[in-house]
This record gives sequence, C-alpha cells and structure tokens, in this order.
Amino acid sequence: MSGQLEEQSKLERVLRSGQLAVTAEINSPDSSLPESVHRNALVLGSLCDGINATDASGANVHLSSIAVSAILQKAGYEPVMQISCRDRNRIAMQGDLLGAAALNIKNVLCLTGDGVQTGDHPEAKSVFDMDSINLLKMTRTMAHEGRFLSGRKLESKPKFFLGAAANPFVPPFDFRPLRLKKKIDAGAKFIQTQYCFDVPRLKTYMDAVNDMGLSEKAFILIGVGPLKSAKSAQWIRSNVPGVVIPDAIIRRLKQAKDQAAEGKKICLEIVQQAIEMPGVKGIHIMSYGQEELVPEIIAESGILDNRNNNI
Amino acid sequence: MTMFRLHPAFLELIYKSTVVFLNLGKPLILRSRIINRGLIFAERLFKKPVFDCQMCGQCVLHNTGMTCPMTCPKSLRNGPCGGVRNNGNCEVKPEMMCVWVTAWERSKQMPIYGRNINAIMAPLDRRLQDTSAWANQLSGRTEIIQDEWST
Repeated sequence: MSGQLEEQSKLERVLRSGQLAVTAEINSPDSSLPESVHRNALVLGSLCDGINATDASGANVHLSSIAVSAILQKAGYEPVMQISCRDRNRIAMQGDLLGAAALNIKNVLCLTGDGVQTGDHPEAKSVFDMDSINLLKMTRTMAHEGRFLSGRKLESKPKFFLGAAANPFVPPFDFRPLRLKKKIDAGAKFIQTQYCFDVPRLKTYMDAVNDMGLSEKAFILIGVGPLKSAKSAQWIRSNVPGVVIPDAIIRRLKQAKDQAAEGKKICLEIVQQAIEMPGVKGIHIMSYGQEELVPEIIAESGILDNRNNNI
Repeated sequence: MTMFRLHPAFLELIYKSTVVFLNLGKPLILRSRIINRGLIFAERLFKKPVFDCQMCGQCVLHNTGMTCPMTCPKSLRNGPCGGVRNNGNCEVKPEMMCVWVTAWERSKQMPIYGRNINAIMAPLDRRLQDTSAWANQLSGRTEIIQDEWST
C-alpha cells in the first residue's frame, strides 16, 4: 500500500522524462452517474497524460472535482484534481486534500477560483478564506511535513504532484512572472496557463520566466483550445474571466468559410509556436464542448509522435 | 472607494514614522484597554478614508504598495488573480480598477518597502477582524503569524 502511495504520478513521470506532455480538461457532468464521467473521458481517450477535473469552473455547479477525479482514477485515467479557494475554508480544503490522497489522486491543481458573479449561483457567499498561494503552501506542508496548518501531525503523509495556474495574458503584465515565482516558491511543480491566443504576449512572458530560471523549477504547460466560431469566441471573451482573444483572431474566424475548421487551424498553429518556445514542457487543451477535437489536435500537431511510454 | 489618493512614497514615510511613534508608547498601549479602544477608533478614522480600510487587524499596507488588499473582492494578499480584465479592471466589480494593478504600480514608486510586494503573505487570522492592527503589530502578534507561516 505504501509503495503504491509513494509512486510518482504518470504526469510527473512523463514531464521528468523530458518529453512534452499533454493534458486536457474534462467536461464535468451535471449527473450523479459515473457513466457520465466515463462517457466524457472516453473522447479524451488514453492519449492524455492528465485529465483535469474542474472545481465548479466559472462558479457553475457540476459534479465535484474530487468525485470526478476518483471516478477517472478508478477507470484507469490520470486525473488532475482542481481545487479552488472560492467555496471552502482551510478546514474543508485540508479534509478534501487528505480525501484525495486516500482515493489515490496524485495531481492537484491549486486555484484561487472565479468569482461567484460569473456562475449560476451569483447570490452565493464566496469564501476565499485563503488564496491559491497559501493553498499551495498549506498542501505542501501536509505532504512534506506531514502536518495540518494547525501543526497537528498526520498519521501518514499524502503524496501530491502540485500544480498551479498562470495567466500571462492579463494585466499587470510585468508582475505576472513574479506571481509565478511566488507560486513556485509555495510548492507548485507544474503550471497550466490560461488559454493562449496571443503568441507574442506568451513569448514576452516566457522570456521573463526563463530569465528568472522559473522554467527549470516547474514544468510549464500552455493552455490552448479550438474556437468553434467567431460568435462563440466573442461569447467566451466577454463571459469567461481571464480569457483574452485578440480582435485579429475573431476577424480571421469571421472571414473563414468553415469557422470551426479555421478555429482548429488557429489552435494547431498556436500549439506549434508554443512548443517551440524555450521553457515550454507541454500543452493543456481546454475544448469547451468540442472534446471530440482533442484527439485530432494531438494527432495533427504531432506533439506525441516520438512518445516513449516506457518511463 | 478611497476618498484620497496620496502618493505611496509619502504614505510609506508616514507608516514608518507611525511605527516609531507607536513603539514609544508601547508599554502603555499594550496595558490600557482604553488606549486600545482609542487606537481602533483612530484607525477607523484615518485608514478608512485613505485606504478604504476593512479592519482586518493585520495590516500589510507597506507590503502591498500602500494599497489595501482587503478591498479586493477575493481578499487576495499575494497578487492579482487571473481574472483581471484587459483594461486592468476587476473581474468581480467591472467598474473598479484591480486592487493589485494599483498596488503593483504604486509599489514601484516606494523606495523603502516597494520590493516587499514579492514576499509571500500569510493567510489571515480571522479572529483579528475589527481589532487594532497597530496594537497587534506592537504586541508581536502580526509578526508571529507571518513567521509561523514562513518557516
């Protein structure tokens, strides 16, 4: 049992082997049936090195991330459990983290969380007892020192591969690399970024991050995704917090004969440019209702072509 | 919203001299309940109009560009979330400039404490809400919270 718990996560092994990794976000169902999770995971397939289970993303209630992660784990997939500070205080979060470890969930992504105003329960109380950086540090303390925030000792140390999010595409731009440093200092070993639609901005960010030596301390995965149409791009841009889609992209979609095909083409171009940047260790695909495109993006980008899974 | 927007370099000097001044009266402040109440009153009186102080009782203003992080709707103490709008405004309150965009710009104008914005701040001790941050600093309580967190 302890041997199993000490085992590194598959995602961590892939990243440590020096190969590019691919993670993707699963659509958390509004359902109490495990089959709903299986159905959504099936499209993402066994291709992904990690499947992110969102924690009421956009402050919309769905099946909980811990349940989705446990169901994925049991079905042989590699879950990345997202945990946000919006809905729980430090007592609940530590309990859930222990629970996740007990369910053999190894990858945990610590987030601040979107405000409740974006979601389907804007009248709810938002908690924010601590922020994502405090959450990272608290989780690391549990894993490394085997104690709660209160100092009380744990019977066994949970083992986690800790991750954090980054958004290089919103102000204050020159503070963003410093905030990433805080997250890495607090314990983040892998980073998944917000959607990238602005490659020059990503380049500036990665240059700063490389200069600070941060890309050697954590594995950075760039967030990408196919846009369905100019209309849906406009909707995402004005309704999903933190997603920046430049006008040029929307124009390109509008002018295209087949907007969905163009959206996929743009995504593939961004993947190509991102993985060529120094310091980038993989991609994180968020497909927003177009999950069926994930295997195509992986295949057509050739990102896993030379994959060696004997690691 | 704050009524005044004073220059951060000026405010950090005021902060520094307040610390020196309060330290002089330390034995008295820590012993007298009346003085403690007076401090709470004074903090409400001065810090509310200048910083829109939320009386968290563990002031970190000098570490956050002399901009109160408790005015962030997510009360973030370690930097801006990923939801900041293109124009630098808040995700939750679209009409308000992001507290951390302001904090970052202002910390660059602060020669004494400006670089403290890079430090990781401890999570809040919610028991200190509505107590005097000045008294908590003098008694060493604020420092203990931060030290315990950092080690």
